[in-house]
Amino acid sequence: MKYLDEYRDGVIARALAQDIASIATRHWVIMEICGGQTHTIMRYGLDELLPTNIELVHGPGCPVCVTPIETIDKAVALSMRPDVTLVSYGDMLRVPGSHSDLFRAKARGADVRIAYSPTEALKIARANPERKIVFLAVGFETTAPANAMTVWQAKREGLTNFSMLASHVLVPPAIRALLSSGNNRIQGFIAPGHVCTVVGYREYEDLAREFSIPIVVGGFEPVDLLEAIHMLVRQLEAGTARVENQYARSVSYEGNLPAQQILHEVFEVTDQKWRGIGEILQSGMRFRHEYAAYDANRLFELELITVDEPSECISAMVLQGLSKPTDCPAFATRCTPESPLGAPMVSSEGACAAYYHYRRHAVAATRESR
Amino acid sequence: MSANAITGFSCPAPLNTRDTVLLGHGSGGKLSGELVRDIFLPAFGNPELAQLNDQAVVTVGNAHIAITTDSFVIKPLFFPGGDIGSLAVHGTVNDLAVGGAKPLFLSAAFIIEEGFSMDELQRIVQSMQGAAQAAGVKIVTGDTKVVERGKGDGLFINTTGVGLVPAGMNLSADKARPGDKVLLNGSIGEHGIAILAQREGLEFESTIESDCAALHTLCAQMLQASANIRCMRDLTRGGLSSALNEIAAQSRAGIELDESAIHVREEVRGACEMLGLDPLYVANEGKLIAIVAPDSAEAVLAAMHNHLLGQSAEIIGTVTESHPNLVTMKTSLGTARIVDMLAGDQLPRIC
Repeated sequence: MKYLDEYRDGVIARALAQDIASIATRHWVIMEICGGQTHTIMRYGLDELLPTNIELVHGPGCPVCVTPIETIDKAVALSMRPDVTLVSYGDMLRVPGSHSDLFRAKARGADVRIAYSPTEALKIARANPERKIVFLAVGFETTAPANAMTVWQAKREGLTNFSMLASHVLVPPAIRALLSSGNNRIQGFIAPGHVCTVVGYREYEDLAREFSIPIVVGGFEPVDLLEAIHMLVRQLEAGTARVENQYARSVSYEGNLPAQQILHEVFEVTDQKWRGIGEILQSGMRFRHEYAAYDANRLFELELITVDEPSECISAMVLQGLSKPTDCPAFATRCTPESPLGAPMVSSEGACAAYYHYRRHAVAATRESR
Repeated sequence: MSANAITGFSCPAPLNTRDTVLLGHGSGGKLSGELVRDIFLPAFGNPELAQLNDQAVVTVGNAHIAITTDSFVIKPLFFPGGDIGSLAVHGTVNDLAVGGAKPLFLSAAFIIEEGFSMDELQRIVQSMQGAAQAAGVKIVTGDTKVVERGKGDGLFINTTGVGLVPAGMNLSADKARPGDKVLLNGSIGEHGIAILAQREGLEFESTIESDCAALHTLCAQMLQASANIRCMRDLTRGGLSSALNEIAAQSRAGIELDESAIHVREEVRGACEMLGLDPLYVANEGKLIAIVAPDSAEAVLAAMHNHLLGQSAEIIGTVTESHPNLVTMKTSLGTARIVDMLAGDQLPRIC
């Protein structure tokens, strides 16, 4: 397949890995932000190809993983109302709230539907004027514009039975929070290519300057990621801290301006809680006043459930790149995708699930040899 | 810590109580396996059931009889390459054929929702008859139930099949041995993507057709070529991955696949990329895998190549002594990864 096969080419990938090995003179810690990139690294075993002095740590860029547990609880509560149809993306249905997930709510009679696009929720709303259609919208700058567009469209059509339970998160404030932490080990970032396709990478230049850290906007195929790592190692070895764009076939400096426009038409920046991490200033989006009628949080009187989150789960450490999923004693034993103790084990893009699905044989071998 | 730094940590609580049946319990993945293990086996346990193959082989007098049953709850009822009627015949015929049986008789039970179109029912029944005739099986008994409007999803069909297993034939998923080869009869994922494309209104440059087909003549040809086939499985829901994981678990062996030997048609790959699905987990209705002793693999492969439904058959992997119960795959980069059994259905991802 054009534009895919060349980026999965074994010969090119191995040559890049060798090149990285030949230029890396020290131990470097690199974080990829996006869960899609973590998934590729594990699926293709890129860490096996790389020299041992290049350490990859995995960032908080899995929207399913960082959606606050309260949002899931609210969605479950809403879905159980007889007048509500709750619509969301497939992998949101399996994320555990404090007592239930949406799959279980569906099994108990809730009207929960899987959609590929938020606009499908509009179709359902038009076809069922007697029901209240709520779209559970989560995600980064990548998915937020489509959600904004859907709300804008609903307003334009004057739909009164559609609303959105939104929990959007922004990447640059999360990077800032990670770098501001006293525990930070990260020396270079692979910035998320799809997020930057929408918002460009102007904001990342400020981060690179402020924290003197190299950032490379990277794609999602194995060769993309190896190229991005190569560019980062070159900068790290040279002592530079610039933003470079490896994913130029998709990302431009300014990004997608119409998408940014619609995003800011409907939403404004606000503080946001990240599951497993905590509150990060100015890292989320809320409805602007003009669109308040579409905010499910305001439309429905939702009781805020406070949640006990104890347990041995180390997701906070994993999402900050301080620990590897395999450092967790519960990994692949008490914590599996079927019985997850924490969100990174739930979504296929969560770091723990990626390790579990693709690499636990290697983990088992290491544990035995210890 | 600065104002922007990370504050209070939190972790979600576990959710592992399973007090209700979830959709995932019908996916053919791990949850389905749990249902069989925890609910059905303890209740019905007997040696024939304990074989856990796609069909049970029972002995009556001198005859070895294969029995299998399958229910079809597909939406949409008509799809490119087939419909629920032809599928209900092929699915059950295939479950008999991969056990080495000659399919003979089928039953057909219909659960119909009040208000269902008589014309569509007629078309579906005719399609069933056509498929049965082509597969050389007779539909000899049946049942009809009608449920109130809203209590069914148009039409559900159950078929049960009976076939004869030749003396000395003993295929079973616990017979894979280290060194055995894994053979696959063609490209994967077409049925699942055809259904999904139809259901979601996705359009591609060319229509993806379901691979829905009866595999009994292919099976017969393979079994004629060699007596050293350990077991066969048709790939249905859960895809290639589920079938291989079941064999690995039942044989307590590992399986190593070679990604480059597994064909996926360009349109199917494109659709999977777009939808965030892995073709290894997508449903098929005309594909099978065979575990074959190493010396006989080439002969069986040649027999497959001589059949219309096996023209692009390949040896896709090897049974190993290492990593028992685990299926791994050599990627295009030369690294190894696990091909895991999914918990439930493969879910479309957010981004």
